[in-house]
Amino acid sequence: MTGAPAMLDNKLVKWVDQRLPIFTMMQHSAIDYPTPKNLSYWWNFGSLAGFMLVVMIVSGVFLAMHYTPHVDYAFASVERIMRDVNYGWLIRYIHMNGASMFFIAVYIHLFRGMYYGSYKAPRELLWWLGIVILLLMMATAFMGYVLPWGQMSFWGATVITNLFSAIPFVGNWIVTLLWGGFSVDNPTLNRFYSLHYLLPFVIVGVVGAHIWALHTTKSNNPLGIDIKGPQDTIPFHPYYTAKDMFGVGVFMVVYALFVFFAPNLLGDPANYIPANPLQTPAHIVPEWYFLPYYAILRATPDNFIGSWMGFTLVPAKLAGVILMFGSILLLFVLPWLDTSRVRSARFRPIYKWVFWLFVICCAALTWAGSQPPEGPALWVARLGTFYYFFHLIVLMPLIGWFERPLALPKSIAEPVLSGGKA
Amino acid sequence: MADTAKPGHPGGAHDDSNRRDFLFMLTGAAGAVGVASVAWPFIHFMNPSADVLALSSTEVNIEPIKVGQSITVVWRGKPVFIRRRTSEEIKQAADVNIKSLRDPQPDSARVKKPEWLILVGICTHLGCVPLGQKLGDPRGDFSGWFCPCHGSHYDTSGRVRLGPAPANLAVPPYAFLTDTTVKIG
Ligand code: HEM
Ligand code: FES
Repeated sequence: MTGAPAMLDNKLVKWVDQRLPIFTMMQHSAIDYPTPKNLSYWWNFGSLAGFMLVVMIVSGVFLAMHYTPHVDYAFASVERIMRDVNYGWLIRYIHMNGASMFFIAVYIHLFRGMYYGSYKAPRELLWWLGIVILLLMMATAFMGYVLPWGQMSFWGATVITNLFSAIPFVGNWIVTLLWGGFSVDNPTLNRFYSLHYLLPFVIVGVVGAHIWALHTTKSNNPLGIDIKGPQDTIPFHPYYTAKDMFGVGVFMVVYALFVFFAPNLLGDPANYIPANPLQTPAHIVPEWYFLPYYAILRATPDNFIGSWMGFTLVPAKLAGVILMFGSILLLFVLPWLDTSRVRSARFRPIYKWVFWLFVICCAALTWAGSQPPEGPALWVARLGTFYYFFHLIVLMPLIGWFERPLALPKSIAEPVLSGGKA
Repeated sequence: MADTAKPGHPGGAHDDSNRRDFLFMLTGAAGAVGVASVAWPFIHFMNPSADVLALSSTEVNIEPIKVGQSITVVWRGKPVFIRRRTSEEIKQAADVNIKSLRDPQPDSARVKKPEWLILVGICTHLGCVPLGQKLGDPRGDFSGWFCPCHGSHYDTSGRVRLGPAPANLAVPPYAFLTDTTVKIG
């Protein structure tokens, strides 16, 4: 299937390719790339995330042409984009809801990886690069949300930058450094804008490395078994280019429904009130894609760890911050926490169910994060936080150890040829 | 190495490699110092600039504030709470067993005149502005302030009593210029 690139028949293409083998590279990575023939629709979300990254950069660069990063003008400039700039409302709603669609795609992509064991050897670095992308996206989206300078922009920025003050000894110094002042103010807005413009391009670079690692280890697949030979694969083009395009089409229908019919459904109305440093909104909530972490942050009871004879080892504030960052950083060691050698949950009778408990746990944390931290919501947050870490630290090693996996098929081609009955 | 060592230089190879190691480390160290000295301007670039630092102070006329009333003024971009406490509130603040506090401080260490409580109105948890300044605001379980963000309660001396905040509301530097004017900062 890796014949000589057909496009090299063209003389100009050939001339360029001999000097800079860009066409050969495209041929290898986007056309010939041998892809498992059994990929399901869950494998569409990688390309969907890539698509969203492009959408965010294009819409963002256009927004930047009319946006003013100054505390006195930022809010008004965004309102001007909405009302006066030609199609400004469209570009802004594309960007605003695009962030949500980007996170939806990436979260599904990530859960897909967890279900099918895509993080296991030899794909650990591929998984790591994915988590790095997630962290960069979170930083980018957080700083982007500050730009319109509404009440949630301001108070979200205040609460999140203040997290760093929990770091012992250097905390306050770091917070002042982040702010460039004594509170979230104009210097903060300016640097966030600078970084909000920069980080997406850093993400492009890491995505490049992510795909490079993917093409080195090759794609995982719903059976989680290795590619044994050419009979297990089909070339990426036209099979998966077509399937990915179809996925983009369906995804865009959903995206368009948000943009045109419910553009503010996922947002907080308080962000249409200009920032007021003297008045905190009664209920500060981040965008939906940050809610699980926010729930974890607020779940720790006062004097959580080692409160003993009136002496607190780790104050609640620091504990919450450690748990929140830990919830993501722990994903880096998932390849080693999972002791099972079988990748796909399809052949893991116990993990298969426990995985869905984990998904439910994340959904419950999302809900808890949207509520004020009291009553039942607080208890859901606490239980959910406990279960989140229990799943990763205790269940993953334990289940891999005692679970008896089902027999694996001999090859990808076998069940595909026998009609998919695995 | 031994081949290139000069004849008549006993153990030359050895000496030479030592000298090279040393030069190598010296170059490396100089390079590290160079990188650090270039990095610092970039880091410090992000710190508050001279105009932001220029210590601004705010003078407030406190005459119109009645007993039991509070006002909020701005100092360095932050809200500052000024509360003229009732004798009951003062007593409540003084009667607390200091040892039971998370951030133990007697009320007397937090005021210049017991009637006037002056605080930076920023929750020491994650920086929200606590409620309790306006009439009808919730004041929490200890009649001081209540932070709606994550539920910290402060007492009538601005000390944290409940919730995730680790420390008491800060007391800004201030001075009474006259009986009715206070200068903050
Ligand atoms: C990883 C990709 C990106 C993500 C996740 C992202 C996310 C966001 C978010 C959540 C907002 C707030 C939207 C709102 O509530 O109004 C925003 C605003 C903004 N972003 Fe981005 N962004 C990305 C890329 C970019 C790029 C490459 C630029 C180019 C300069 C850009 C420029 C802007 C501007 C000017 C605003 C302020 C206007 C507004 O608030 O609508 N963004 N971004
Ligand atoms: S900021 Fe006040 S309780 Fe968290």
